[in-house]
Amino acid sequence: MGDERIMTVNTDGHTVKRYDEALARLRSQVMEMGGLVEDQIARALKALDDENVGAARDVVGRDHKINALEVKIDEECTQLLALRQPMAGDLRMIMVISKAVTDLERIGDEAQKIARMVVQIYNSTSSSPSYRLFREVFSMGKLATNMLQGALDALARQDVDKAMEVAQGDDDLDREFNSAMRHLSTYMMEDARVIGHAVNVIFMVKALERIGDHAKNIAEYTIYLIKGKDVRHTGPGEAGDEARGEDD
Amino acid sequence: MSDESIVQRETTGMQTVPDKHKREPSSTEEVLKQAAGKPSDRQTVGDITVANPKMVCRNVNVYYDDKHAIKDVSLDIGTNEVVAFIGPSGCGKSTFLRCLNRMNDTIDICRVTGELVLDGQNIYDPRLDVVQLRARVGMVFQKPNPFPKSIYDNVAYGPRIHGLTANKAELDEMVKGCLEKAGLWKEVHDRLDQPGTGLSGGQQQRLCIARAIAVSPEVILMDEPCSALDPIATAKIEELIDELRENYTIVIVTHSMQQAARVSQRTAYFHLGDLIEVGETEQIFTNPRHKLTEDYITGRFG
Repeated sequence: MGDERIMTVNTDGHTVKRYDEALARLRSQVMEMGGLVEDQIARALKALDDENVGAARDVVGRDHKINALEVKIDEECTQLLALRQPMAGDLRMIMVISKAVTDLERIGDEAQKIARMVVQIYNSTSSSPSYRLFREVFSMGKLATNMLQGALDALARQDVDKAMEVAQGDDDLDREFNSAMRHLSTYMMEDARVIGHAVNVIFMVKALERIGDHAKNIAEYTIYLIKGKDVRHTGPGEAGDEARGEDD
Repeated sequence: MSDESIVQRETTGMQTVPDKHKREPSSTEEVLKQAAGKPSDRQTVGDITVANPKMVCRNVNVYYDDKHAIKDVSLDIGTNEVVAFIGPSGCGKSTFLRCLNRMNDTIDICRVTGELVLDGQNIYDPRLDVVQLRARVGMVFQKPNPFPKSIYDNVAYGPRIHGLTANKAELDEMVKGCLEKAGLWKEVHDRLDQPGTGLSGGQQQRLCIARAIAVSPEVILMDEPCSALDPIATAKIEELIDELRENYTIVIVTHSMQQAARVSQRTAYFHLGDLIEVGETEQIFTNPRHKLTEDYITGRFG
């Protein structure tokens, strides 16, 4: 698990101290969940690299922790809405956290999928696959991991520039995914015996591509959190530039 | 991804900026320019103007003796809109509200400068008949204050002194209409001769609203109209405000931010006599631009 992230956004200073505490708890739980999810991806990829079926099974078995955190955080968001009627920045923070945990939970599911594929690949009776099949899994894994890390850092530090960078980085991952699909099709056409493994690899690269999409979502929520502008489905360049330009 | 590519992307991102998402003219500087003659550190954030103003207030200052209670406030009140004034106690919101129908005239030490215009007419013009003004700009107070008269006479009082009706039948009709508009008719139609003070708090406040609208005002000022009422009576008044908006322009001062959020289309935040920020209610409560506004509505009272 990476360094512990602390959300630095100022939710302090409420006249009601318990409100501060509840928001602080919410923030630290999201960051805990983010750390868990990052860890799951890293372990799934390492299990692939190490050909370690046991480690992959561990990843599959750990997903429930992430699911439980999602439920818990969501419940606390609902309670805060009901009990405190949050406004402005507090309201945006709670909405963003409630949405981000959904994406984090899905990323957890994708990591679990990758781990399942690792189990299938090394548990099969057929011979071990050629390493070249995995090339893009690792390069995409790195990109997706960087995106998620960047998105969580941006959320933790309320860093608009970082969030923009992550949202735009998704194009790289998509390109890498397309190129992976081309290569895998070529391998399958060249040698039908690799099809079984190649299909598993396709599931893995698809999972990584989805992780990028979810990281992008988190980055976009972060821009909304900081600037109050919803940049989804618009391309982040526009609002982001404005965000940078006018700092009041 | 390499550091280089990050830098590259960032630069291209900055270059391709369509202005679709640029902030509308309400960008702070522009609004500041519009509100001419204000010192730069005391600029109201947000657009103080509306397309269709009922009242136009410019550079309004209020002094109680040497205390500067309202500092150079400029604001439009839009026709048929509900504007909420919020802010901590002593911020000047009630003082400013009371300027709108010259209620401050009753306070000897109070001095008002600046321009307050209702439908093109300066309401502080010395030739203006203040009684007529207050018929056009009615008021509902924090504590329900029905006259110690019957329910009927409470509503009939204004039309009688202003000579708005020709005969008893017309007056009856008017009283009924106003009580209906105030959502009170069904509850009191069979006891119109009983004292207004005998009604419940919420009913009394609705009676005061019926009394206010009986003189056919164009603007209704409400100074914390629900602070003495329970949630059910409050909800009835809020629903009533929403209905009245069709025919009247309403300005409401409230200490409940949730109430401001529920009933108003625009919200103005006052702080120590300054109008800090004004904007669409949705914007003020989800994305205020001024830190003081944000601190106040999120419950950070420094």
